[in-house]
Amino acid sequence: MVIKRLFACVVSALLMAGCSSDEESKDGRKVVNIGHVGPLTGPQSHLGKDNERGATLAIDEANQSGIVIGGEVIEFRLLSEDDEANPQKGTVVAERLMDANVAGVVGHLNSGTTIPASKIYFDAGVPQVSPSATAIEFTHQGYETAYRVMANDEQQGKVLGDFAVKTLGAKSIAIIDDRSAYGKGLADEFESAVKQAGGAIMTREFTDKTKIDFTAILTTIKGLNPDLIFYGGMDAQAGPMMKQIKNLGVTANFLGGDGIQTRQFTVLSGAEGEGVYASSPGLPLEQMAGGSEFRDKYKQVYREDIQLYAPYAYDATSVMIDAMKRANSVDPATYSPLLRGADFLGVTGRIRFDERGDLKGGSISLYRVTNGVWKYIETFGGGE
Amino acid sequence: MDIFAQQVINGLVLGSVYALVALGYTMVYGILGLINFAHGEVVMIGAMIALAVVSALLAASPDMNPFTMILIASAAAILVCVLLAFFMERLAYRPLRKAPRLAPLITAIGISILLQNIAMIIWGRKYKMVPQIFPTETHELFGASITSVQLFIVVISGILMAGLLLVVHFTKLGRAMRATSESQRVAGLMGINVNKIISVTFMIGAALGAVAGILVAGNYSVAHYSMGFMLGLKAFTAAVLGGIGNLGGAVLGGLLLGLIESIGAGYIGALTGGFLGSNYQDVFAFVVLIVVLVFRPTGIMGERVSERA
Repeated sequence: MVIKRLFACVVSALLMAGCSSDEESKDGRKVVNIGHVGPLTGPQSHLGKDNERGATLAIDEANQSGIVIGGEVIEFRLLSEDDEANPQKGTVVAERLMDANVAGVVGHLNSGTTIPASKIYFDAGVPQVSPSATAIEFTHQGYETAYRVMANDEQQGKVLGDFAVKTLGAKSIAIIDDRSAYGKGLADEFESAVKQAGGAIMTREFTDKTKIDFTAILTTIKGLNPDLIFYGGMDAQAGPMMKQIKNLGVTANFLGGDGIQTRQFTVLSGAEGEGVYASSPGLPLEQMAGGSEFRDKYKQVYREDIQLYAPYAYDATSVMIDAMKRANSVDPATYSPLLRGADFLGVTGRIRFDERGDLKGGSISLYRVTNGVWKYIETFGGGE
Repeated sequence: MDIFAQQVINGLVLGSVYALVALGYTMVYGILGLINFAHGEVVMIGAMIALAVVSALLAASPDMNPFTMILIASAAAILVCVLLAFFMERLAYRPLRKAPRLAPLITAIGISILLQNIAMIIWGRKYKMVPQIFPTETHELFGASITSVQLFIVVISGILMAGLLLVVHFTKLGRAMRATSESQRVAGLMGINVNKIISVTFMIGAALGAVAGILVAGNYSVAHYSMGFMLGLKAFTAAVLGGIGNLGGAVLGGLLLGLIESIGAGYIGALTGGFLGSNYQDVFAFVVLIVVLVFRPTGIMGERVSERA
């Protein structure tokens, strides 16, 4: 049914150039389409579906409250597209959404798909709010249509650097990264934050995603006797790395980003993972302004627990609808400036954007492995 | 702690495993002139089977002696890998023995992909944690630390390699293998069952590979369906470095490659004044390989150029 309607909408869009302004729902409401993009198939499909559900909850709520914009009662509809976490597919579905004249886009999930698609949205002048793309480049291309509701890797690197030097008191630090866009990017930001905070970088070592033996670089690091080792990379390497660190008798603290703040890390590192620190953007769900309420609502509707970023997708959608309300228009050109000036209290916290479209005061939470599970320590940033 | 001694020990541990896997490549090459690219996957299957057996035993009787447990798991893994190698040779390589040289090579790559995907379907995409059934004890050796598992790796690899050399040089089976590698036709005329010898060669290589897989999984505490690919590639490199087709060469090549990688990753930054970092460790290892091959195209211990090469 939805697909049929969608198809009819796309066809009419092709025929009449613009259906969102013309189409009316059954009960005489004006239909406004909002796009959503995330990986709905493939290994990350559970996360993509999670985002879609978050956005759907926001849309349903807006429809229930009967929002009036420009003198008409609005019915929002979510056009959800699958980018398979593939940058090429991401641009194809972005074009498709532009053809369907959506008023705004929630997505994409991955930085890798978000960045190439953002140019298409920028060219069309359609605002795009990503719930979860954290790579710095996304908002640093000069596109005033690009927004995100999660702290970026620069903020994460800064918090990690400050935490290492100020909280953990590390004077000398060794950095390892896996040469991936994520790992290297985070390690670079961490390095500059450490230097700013007055810490010294003893060495930067490198590995890659196919390796499981790190003894050579760890021995070099051991010889330098740093207070802390930082790893920019994913859990599959960090787990075995932790064991090798302990086997070599290195006693330095170990710190990582959201790539290792996973259940998989605690499983792979076992007893040797005890005491490891890692960060993750945003607050833990229990600490979010509307976290527990949102969790219950989600569970009630979908009979499943939240995977990861659903609250951010919910907020990304809500903040967009809020800007339309304040602008009293669903025209991207009219409501876009008001999105920039948003000050919205969402489920994840207060949402305001800086001049680039990054979340102002985005929060980063730190966790530590205690008795084999990640325990929340504290949150940096976020609060005013 | 002595950093250099530690790097040498790291290299020896890494190199022992490379050597054990390299033997599988070099034995098959010596006899058939075939590079069995699926050998790395046999290593992975060995690790996966051992892990499955250990997990099952741990669940069934947690109080079992760890040595009994590892013996049962190793026996199961070796058995599966030997059977796998037998069928691989029988079904995939034997029909192609008279085919042009490229056909079995492509077949080997195909089997490698097939085995990886089968393992992915059976054991999933996630990295699997290998339970530590032995307590991790760290020993001091020449001012460097070595864990009991690492010590075990070096010792077991040494025993197996010495055993293989004894078998090849001092038994009837070994003589038949050497004869077959000289000339299959003449060996056949002398009453050697060439097909059987080739089968046995594959099976011995696979058994060594299975042990290598268990050692790797035990040392790093992880197993993954793609773990055999990179290991196989490195072991193949080691076999070429030592002189492919030569058993002693595979051992030497494996140990050397392990040392080169370890010392390369550890000192390349200091040697180049920070110009090159540890991200060049693989480049460093392959540059050494190329240099060796420029001066000794048959590898360090390779003496004769095989007629098939």
